[in-house]
Amino acid sequence: MTTAAPLTTTPVSKSETKKLSAAASAKNKLTSPWASLAAVVLAVLWTIPTFGLLISSFRPEMAIKRTGWWTFFSDPEVTLDNYRAVFDDGGINLADFFLNSLVITIPSVVIPLCLASLAAYAFAWMNFPGKNILFIAIFALQIVPLQVTLVPLLQLYVKAGLNNTFWTLWLSHSTFALPLAIYLLHNFIKEVPSSLIEAARIDGAGHVSIFFKVLLPLLTPALAAFGIFQFLWVWNDLLVSLTFAGSPEISPMTVQLSNLSGTRGTAWHLLSAGAFVSIVVPVTVFLLLQRYFVRGLLAGSVKG
Amino acid sequence: MFVQRGSSRSRVALAGALSVGLVFGLSACGDSDDDTGADTGASAAAIDCSPYTAFGDLKGKTVTIYTGIVTPEDTPHKESYVPFEKCTGVTVKYEGDKAFETQILVRAEAGNPPDIAYVPQPGLLQNLVKTGKAVEAPPEVAANVDKFWGPDWKAYGTVDGKFYAAPLGANVKSLVWYSPKEFADKGYQIPTTLDELKALSDKIVADGGKPWCAGIASGEATGWPVTDWMEDFMLRLSGAEAYDKWVKHEIPFNGPEATQALDGVGAYLKNDQYVNGGLGDIKSIASTTFQDAGLPILEGQCSLHRQASFYAANFPAGTKVAKDGDVYAFYLPGKDATSKPVLGGGEFVLAFSDRPEVKAFQTYLSSDVWANTKAKLSSGWVSANKGLDPANLTNPIDQLSASILQDPNAQFRFDGSDMMPGAVGANSFWKQATAWIIGQDTKTTLDNIEKSWPK
Repeated sequence: MTTAAPLTTTPVSKSETKKLSAAASAKNKLTSPWASLAAVVLAVLWTIPTFGLLISSFRPEMAIKRTGWWTFFSDPEVTLDNYRAVFDDGGINLADFFLNSLVITIPSVVIPLCLASLAAYAFAWMNFPGKNILFIAIFALQIVPLQVTLVPLLQLYVKAGLNNTFWTLWLSHSTFALPLAIYLLHNFIKEVPSSLIEAARIDGAGHVSIFFKVLLPLLTPALAAFGIFQFLWVWNDLLVSLTFAGSPEISPMTVQLSNLSGTRGTAWHLLSAGAFVSIVVPVTVFLLLQRYFVRGLLAGSVKG
Repeated sequence: MFVQRGSSRSRVALAGALSVGLVFGLSACGDSDDDTGADTGASAAAIDCSPYTAFGDLKGKTVTIYTGIVTPEDTPHKESYVPFEKCTGVTVKYEGDKAFETQILVRAEAGNPPDIAYVPQPGLLQNLVKTGKAVEAPPEVAANVDKFWGPDWKAYGTVDGKFYAAPLGANVKSLVWYSPKEFADKGYQIPTTLDELKALSDKIVADGGKPWCAGIASGEATGWPVTDWMEDFMLRLSGAEAYDKWVKHEIPFNGPEATQALDGVGAYLKNDQYVNGGLGDIKSIASTTFQDAGLPILEGQCSLHRQASFYAANFPAGTKVAKDGDVYAFYLPGKDATSKPVLGGGEFVLAFSDRPEVKAFQTYLSSDVWANTKAKLSSGWVSANKGLDPANLTNPIDQLSASILQDPNAQFRFDGSDMMPGAVGANSFWKQATAWIIGQDTKTTLDNIEKSWPK
């Protein structure tokens, strides 16, 4: 902390070349034909259930209920009835709840990301009394299962008059996400070479400009990685929205998906089509952002 | 808090005004029902409003409903509220949720209950009343229930001597599904006693078929169809009084009556000549979902399937469910032709608020006007409301259910596993029944359930 670092950017470029070479050596080690074969086998095994679900979603009701999806190959029957049914105005129209899911998910990702990156910076590079105890408390909070907080939280929301609004979901998802987010981002920020921060400080930057001008650009992969995690978690969440979204106007797609099969589960043949409608967004997000995802995970592990 | 609001004087006035309105309302709806045949849409909208306007000006008010009834059964529900909404100006907000049974307790305890919940189990009803958030039914509703339902139904909506919840819908579980075509082709007769049912099963075996198909898989609730079988046989072999005592645990779960009942079921479900038509051996009962278990009837691989009236919705679209159709049901006969025990279930309307619009809506739901409106709109729905005209039911299987419920000899009993403590009715009973199907003997099964009964 006290030694002054040279005012050059060499440490950064050096660490970058190191990272590249580490990645290159990892690449060399992993490109053996056997490893490729293993990867292909794993990928196929992993995809089969989803593939079966996709096939099922195009099969007629009676075929789904009486036979397995693999019989599709001996007796191919294709129908769009299932997709028509999940977009049916008479029953559950998943399109109506698509927007709810977006409205719930986006703030539930943005709020914890903003708060956690600020908090992580404070824990990593600022000194204030009680810092360690606070950090341990946050670390320990990850252990608390969210199920035990459901009823007390709902009671608090009712007292505050927030029940049956999106706030219950945004706040719940944010609070449940914060401990892990702070912890992950803290570890990432801590790994930024201290010389970099000190250099900025010598140039006259305060905490605000260090955070926004120096750290935030470096932080992007980590933010993206956690953002994807949180996005998938919130998008696929059923328990939290079931408990806190007290009316159909604010309930997300997952809640309606769970109701899709009907009161006594008689319409379960619709679930495969419903599942595919609901995974469109997460799959798109994942495919678009996956390079950040991999980079974010690597960045935490490969030391520069 | 607002439970205590409103002086007793205004309530008396309200009740007086309402009872006058009620008389008018009922006589008026009698008229309107006569000329409904031609145009159901218009008649559904034209109900007499005086019973509900007696609660005051309700325009612009909202009533929220929370229930486990979801698609597709929710649409006729919502449509059946339209006449009430039109005449009072109240908006009814309907929320269906399959996780209702757990979530309603969470919401009640957290102080975020709906105005009205449709509770499908008397046991859950008692738990909800225990949270202290539920309110008693208004006197108008109690009057309707006295008029249109038997005392057995009212008792199920009563907790600690106070009447909370009026019955809403009902379903009949004592039904056996069959193929009318097959019966006609092979000359089978619909049995009227348990002995005849046995004889029919043997006859089908002699003709080279497997008479029964069954399936009890239902996720975490796997095993429940066996509990229904056993309750039906308990009612038939030992009578309604023994059944009530057994449900309340006044006689042991593993006593001679229960043993006789489960062995009676075993004579069908654990008889490898009888099961499992089109699905496999006896053990396949445990792995077949209850939704799929009756479908082999359509393919002629199975002749008989015992399941509740709601099973009609399970047949694929285009299946004709009627006496002259692809599939139909008959009443699971009693021990002799005169006794008619009926096992069934139903929902109850529990209110968490006593605002006038909520009371008005409760009154509407407990009336014969609503029952008949709902009957015309839905298929696969029936009520034990005596004011319900079976001719208004659109579906033959509903008409059969209504005729069974309204039979003067019928002794209605609520599904026992729904009334037993959760540790038994929603846990050990299901699990032990499943173990019993895959080979555990009757005595061990009943002893294990008896042991699990909370002390």
